[in-house]
Amino acid sequence: MFALSFMRHAFVAGTLIAILCGVIGVFVVARQMSFMTHTLSEIGFAGGSFAVFAGWSTLHGMMLFTILSSVLVGRLSVKESRREAVISAVSALFIGLGILFLSLSSQSASSATGILFGSVVGISAAEVNQLVILSVLILGILVILYRALKFTSFDRVGAQVSSINETAISIIFLLVLAVSVSVTAQIVGSLLIFILLTLPAASAKYFTTGVAKMIGLAILFALLGTWVGLYLSYITNWPVSFFHRND
Amino acid sequence: MITLNHLSLGYGSKGVISDLNLTIAKGEFLVVVGENGVGKTTLIKSLLGQLAPHAGKLTIADGVKIGYVPQFRNLDSEYPLSIRDFVALNVRPTWRPWLTQVERQQVETVLAKTNLTRLADRPLGLASGGEKQRAYLAQSLLASPDLLILDESTASLDPDSKVELLSLVKQLQTEGLTIIFVTHDWDLARQFGTHFLHMDAGCYRNGPIAELDQHLGGK
Repeated sequence: MFALSFMRHAFVAGTLIAILCGVIGVFVVARQMSFMTHTLSEIGFAGGSFAVFAGWSTLHGMMLFTILSSVLVGRLSVKESRREAVISAVSALFIGLGILFLSLSSQSASSATGILFGSVVGISAAEVNQLVILSVLILGILVILYRALKFTSFDRVGAQVSSINETAISIIFLLVLAVSVSVTAQIVGSLLIFILLTLPAASAKYFTTGVAKMIGLAILFALLGTWVGLYLSYITNWPVSFFHRND
Repeated sequence: MITLNHLSLGYGSKGVISDLNLTIAKGEFLVVVGENGVGKTTLIKSLLGQLAPHAGKLTIADGVKIGYVPQFRNLDSEYPLSIRDFVALNVRPTWRPWLTQVERQQVETVLAKTNLTRLADRPLGLASGGEKQRAYLAQSLLASPDLLILDESTASLDPDSKVELLSLVKQLQTEGLTIIFVTHDWDLARQFGTHFLHMDAGCYRNGPIAELDQHLGGK
């Protein structure tokens, strides 16, 4: 299957995204931000639709929307008790906006499918390069902030009374999450990011007691899901997303 | 080490503590006793630099590092980290993702000081109340504080665990650590403290622990 260049691209992109999601997912799960991630992917959908409407690349539209809104949601939901309500309201608003932009642009149906389900086998060499650069950047930030991120994620109360600036770390993590969601959405689609970002990490939590091992396992689970999905899609000719969602 | 001079504290226009005078010397085991709402938490916030005084002055000697063991943490039985990993969270937040040999050794030292070496690989979520409090204590110790504030750390423990925890703290005090222990428990105060601060609706008394009963009797 690697004789086909689009399958090679798909394999490289899928592998990178699985690694990215495995690493970030562990912190998403520990910070109980699964719901927030889901909302970000819906916001990404609105951003993607806006890009189609405005004639931009979908990645740029998604990044603009997710970055702006992650800061906004982060600010609105400082109090944990209000977080769920705020996120629901923001979700509804952005799904509405997404549909609005799609109906305003002329090419709705196929674009909508592309944004919602991604197109792992339709990815070009240039897009793979872009993906590599963004992934390396994000992983680099996570490595540098690893200690502070680990403390604030796994013991927020303790981190608050330590020397760490917890608010700054939260905001940086939200931004990293926003960019990751946008990047991943190109490949697996807005509907599925949420699963790739939470399921491997949530499963890894039950198999080990260390953060590094948890990250390793989450990457392994995400890679298995992605590779098996790609392979099954290749041999059956069914859409890759179908296997992603059922892996 | 710490001097409170006519210190008044509060939130906005609401005053909580007024005109509190207190000196905490190095190596003391100060027990802060008083009912809910008299301002124990407010006092701690001020010591941690999270609350500016309304009036008066709080002086902390140069270079004194304050550690704090918070009262509440929401760690359920599915909390994934081992006791060792939980304690190690409080290493200095440098860019290096992994622990150095020296840092590993520091983690083992605080685990030993809190009698957790044997339990270090167990998930913290499955630990008993007393073991959890010891892990919280160990985590604070990793930053090598000069002064440690324990906020109601014994509140949810059974009598044996209370004594076990405070015996450890007492041992740390004899090794040179200064302790501020906030509690409701008069018996523990008498048993472990060297000095007391009794806070009672605008009336503050402090002194060596031997004077506690005299103070209470004369009330």
